[in-house]
Amino acid sequence: MTSEATLVAPAPANAPRGPLREFWGYFSANHGAVAGLIFIVAVVLTAVFANVLAPYPPDLTNNAVFLKPPAWQAGGAWAYPLGTDAIGRDILSRLIFGARLSLLIGVAVVAMAIVTGIVLGMIAGFFRGAVEIAIMRLMDIILTLPSLLLAIVIVAILGPGIMNAMLAVAVVVLPHYVRLTRAAVITETSKDYVTAARAGGATKLRLMFSEVLPNCSAPLIVQASLGVSTAILDAAALGFLGLGAQPPASEWGTMLADAREFVLRAWWVVTFPGLMILLTVLAFNLFGDGLRDALDPKLKR
Amino acid sequence: MPVRHPRGEAACLNKAMLRFLLTRVSLVVPTFIGMTLLAFFLIRLVPGDPIETMAGERGIDAARHDALLREYGLDRPVLVQYGIYIGRVLHGDLGKSMITQAPVLREFFALFPATIELALCAILFALIVGIPAGIIAAVNRNSLFDHGVMGVSLTGYSMPIFWWGLLLILLFSVQLGWTPVSGRIDVRYYIEPVTGFLTIDALLSGEKGAFKSAVSHLVLPTIVLGTQPLAIIARMTRSAMLEVLGEDYIRTARAKGLSSLRVVALHALRNALIPVITVIGLQVGVLFTGAILTETIFSWPGVGKWLIEAINRRDYPVLQGGVLLLGVIVMAVNLLVDVTYGIINPRIRRS
Repeated sequence: MTSEATLVAPAPANAPRGPLREFWGYFSANHGAVAGLIFIVAVVLTAVFANVLAPYPPDLTNNAVFLKPPAWQAGGAWAYPLGTDAIGRDILSRLIFGARLSLLIGVAVVAMAIVTGIVLGMIAGFFRGAVEIAIMRLMDIILTLPSLLLAIVIVAILGPGIMNAMLAVAVVVLPHYVRLTRAAVITETSKDYVTAARAGGATKLRLMFSEVLPNCSAPLIVQASLGVSTAILDAAALGFLGLGAQPPASEWGTMLADAREFVLRAWWVVTFPGLMILLTVLAFNLFGDGLRDALDPKLKR
Repeated sequence: MPVRHPRGEAACLNKAMLRFLLTRVSLVVPTFIGMTLLAFFLIRLVPGDPIETMAGERGIDAARHDALLREYGLDRPVLVQYGIYIGRVLHGDLGKSMITQAPVLREFFALFPATIELALCAILFALIVGIPAGIIAAVNRNSLFDHGVMGVSLTGYSMPIFWWGLLLILLFSVQLGWTPVSGRIDVRYYIEPVTGFLTIDALLSGEKGAFKSAVSHLVLPTIVLGTQPLAIIARMTRSAMLEVLGEDYIRTARAKGLSSLRVVALHALRNALIPVITVIGLQVGVLFTGAILTETIFSWPGVGKWLIEAINRRDYPVLQGGVLLLGVIVMAVNLLVDVTYGIINPRIRRS
């Protein structure tokens, strides 16, 4: 194909680069972001191929191997590389299957929150007046209650479970997206380019989505990248408190809750699930940061 | 348009300021009503009959059940219940705990100082470390220090704090034996509450070792609770500072030949702190959320642990009262933040 050929052909030094290549140029210069991306891809692949990768089914118990330490410790065996939990389940297999649940939670929560958040924030920022007050009051009320407490109350009403936990977390993180969008819209609408577009006869919808939204997407992307982490963390906290994914689901937070009472005699049942939460969340944060730096025109030379 | 002369403009500004303050304060009322509605109705919707829950597995006969329903007003229409509820709330009566029979307000304020002491220490820890770290990182962009601050900050932000608390206990309490595992002070000491802040009360009591014991109990929970705010504040300070340092007026200030320190401290910092203050305001909610987990892990006798226990026992009045009180406190702090925001950023005030 000709278009591909032109892409691959070495561009003359002074020709402008395509936006995607330019973006990748900035993004790949950030080693942390690339490391985050690689880890995310690895976790995604792990989640997709969990059936193939995990040595055991996640719920398989083995009476012979309660609380077996990791392979490199005295008493460990390579049959269970990261050891077993209190009822003889392979920790590695449970972590691998846990990747599915954690990714699902993170992505679904952010998708729900960001779509609703942008729409509400745009409406509040553009129409001001009573609509803005109503939306922002509602967001204030949600924000005013400590997020985990509100999530716990919502889950207590809907009943514990992974779907309800996701819904609760999405409600709880929503105000951040609304506030960010509204603040960005208000800042942006006072700028000259919006006045110019308005003077040029642009409709309100056009102003909102094709003039202002692209210019306030950078903080939203940063927030969304942090949002995946918040979603995974809050859902794990709910799991830890027994309100999220229910046992025997191999969700990382729920695994920590099961493991808590063994903290003094089996460090591995506590350490590995938490480490997976930390690393996954860290990867999303690094990735989001790289995205921000690559997208923010102000930081470009 | 009024004729502008210097004195007239100042008066105009003061009037705008006053109007801004009044508008902002008047907005508190609908938020408060919304919160009472939320606290009241959310908890009414929880499945399960509170009387049967209280009676437990032994069960309860129908007559006693009805009597108890009447006693708690649970037999009235929900709207009437709400009306009665809000009337009592405005008189400072948040009901009695179904478990301990003690007034909710009294229970809350008996436990609240413990949470505040912990939260204040955590936010102070976060501010004292976070703001300077963020500024230095922004000024020395891409230096080793900048990468270090960003790395630590991202790790802190990504930290599941319930796991972080368990790890710190494993390391400092179990392995090294440096700090106690749980509680606020060693059981040997009985400290008369004066301020409610155990570290200060321990100092006032003059008992040998009491202060040291209180502080050693406070260290790990402070670090655990302060970790996320620290990460957020450092990150936000850095990015706000970077944003401001790229603005034209900073270039102008530099072009005028002002020293780097003057540009950073006077021109950049004032404007960079605006988003940072908003973020600090948002941290109050984060702190209370973190307090729920931190207090649960360290058995810290504060309102977070109290509320989780109330949820497990379905102690409706405690849940309602606790949620409402925490909400009002966060609302007051948000108000303070918005007003500060208006004072340091006149553009907001006029809009």
